[in-house]
Amino acid sequence: MEEKKILDDLKKKFTEKILESSVPFGDLTIVIAKDALLEIVDYLRKTPCEFKMLLDLTCVDHAGRTPRFEMVYHLLALADRQRLRIKLSVAEDDLRVESLTPIWKNANWLEREVYDMFGIRFQGHPDLRRLFMYDGFEGHPLRKDYPLRKRQPMIPLRK
Amino acid sequence: MSTRIQKDARPDSLLLNMGPSHPAMHGAVRIMLELDGERILNSEVEVGYLHRGFEKQCESRTFFNLLIYTDRLNYVSPLINNVGYVMTIEKMLGLDVPERAQYIRVLMSELSRISDHLTCLAAMAMECGAFTVFLYNMKAREFIWDVIEATTGARMTTSYIRIGGVRADLQSDYQASVQKAIQETRKVLKDVHGLLDKNKIFLNRTRDIGSMTPDGAVAWGWTGPALRSTGIAYDIRKAFPYLVYDRLEFDIPTGERGDNYDRYMVRMKEMDQSLRIVERCLAHLPKSSAALMAGGIEPTDAIKISRTKKARTYIRLSPNLEGAEKAVYKDILADDDRTVLPAKEDAYTTIEGLISHFQYFMKGHGIRPPIGETYFSVEGGNGEVGYYIVSKGSDKPYRLHLRAPCLPLLAALEELIKGRYVADVIPTFGSMNIILGELDR
Repeated sequence: MEEKKILDDLKKKFTEKILESSVPFGDLTIVIAKDALLEIVDYLRKTPCEFKMLLDLTCVDHAGRTPRFEMVYHLLALADRQRLRIKLSVAEDDLRVESLTPIWKNANWLEREVYDMFGIRFQGHPDLRRLFMYDGFEGHPLRKDYPLRKRQPMIPLRK
Repeated sequence: MSTRIQKDARPDSLLLNMGPSHPAMHGAVRIMLELDGERILNSEVEVGYLHRGFEKQCESRTFFNLLIYTDRLNYVSPLINNVGYVMTIEKMLGLDVPERAQYIRVLMSELSRISDHLTCLAAMAMECGAFTVFLYNMKAREFIWDVIEATTGARMTTSYIRIGGVRADLQSDYQASVQKAIQETRKVLKDVHGLLDKNKIFLNRTRDIGSMTPDGAVAWGWTGPALRSTGIAYDIRKAFPYLVYDRLEFDIPTGERGDNYDRYMVRMKEMDQSLRIVERCLAHLPKSSAALMAGGIEPTDAIKISRTKKARTYIRLSPNLEGAEKAVYKDILADDDRTVLPAKEDAYTTIEGLISHFQYFMKGHGIRPPIGETYFSVEGGNGEVGYYIVSKGSDKPYRLHLRAPCLPLLAALEELIKGRYVADVIPTFGSMNIILGELDR
């Protein structure tokens, strides 16, 4: 399915939930309202283009801008060979985002990573713990206000 | 502090740690097993032992500087990581790369892919007791790494693929050494097929073990050989052709059952296809202008001449820079003085060259992609190696995120080994080719 058709179709279906759509550098991109994530993703997965695979999800910290955080999802339609980027804004005082774990299994680890690095709280995640950093680590290292060379005290050995 | 598995474990079951440092775990990964006898009731994988803050580090390095970090992601095929990163920047800049450089990139990518698969299968077979296969594969990999070493000057930390092209042209005797590597690899592949394909011990440990359904693989976000082993013929080289892959003939091998054996077989067949691509590349590689270089003068002489008049002849560069002389520059690097380093001859003898050289490395100048964000991916040894880069117009990335193909593979391990025996963990883990450098970043 062509890029324009996908966008038109989505805009028709979710008029108010799609805040913006563009094709920067040839990447199909939509910006959606935060509360519509599950609904839109579920629709995209089933009809009509079948974005069946969650390639990646990550977060960007636009420090100094409101809303501060931006979640970025990359979906892939295997049959149509089409990628789609979904973005949504997350305010600093409300870090909750719906979890995609009920839909995609790999969302589990990816969301744990984003929680670890940015502190986004995923609602409905079965096991939201840090993925790379250790328990007892303070702060979220990929946030812009976390200094590159900050050191944290060693934690005692596990018993 | 307790882990999930400790909380949920049955009181009569045994908890066992595999790793983080275990002879059969190549890399530091910890698998916690809840056992009933030798049967795995539940498991939990813990990663992060090799986390080096790649993404955070990149935010404080310029686009040129951070190339070296990409070598250290998937350290058995660093050239493919280079290609992925560099092409993401080129996509933002809209750079046209010369055809010869594109062919060289394909050639190096495919050689890296073969070395990646050889390493994976070597380790997997060794852990199943087939030490001969390990030695054979390492032998073949040595010939491939000889070519890589002669071309890039390094075995692992290559940093050879540069924004706009490649660092230096191929060595003059590359044809012979690549042919040698192809021959040796073919011989080894034939031997390995003979040793493993119908080997009962190997079959018992791999057939129908660690099976994944096609739907399951898609839901887990698997790509690369692991996805293809379930029967889905998705390969970025065909689905979203980049470089000159659309001009080269090759097939996408697929499996049927998605088990350890199919993952082994898909990797073996993929190496055949990669060898085919390498042969095609050798045949189609556009001619180099290297003949012009004969009779170059020493840099000190050139500087002397340039004080009074324009130096017309080529300069003999130091052996470290061999292959990057001005004559071959246009074959291997894009013609764009904002994003590509000027030829050394120009930097030595002309004021314009010196200024562009200086500006290239000066803080706040150098490569500055336009404001925006992009995602680009290439087919790595394990699957889709994707880079998501956000640029705010400066010479450093505002955010750089790597889509590591290993992460969804390892995340699915808990599901694959559930209800199996402890011994099944090893070939399942081995067939996935988990590279912690790339996973933990």
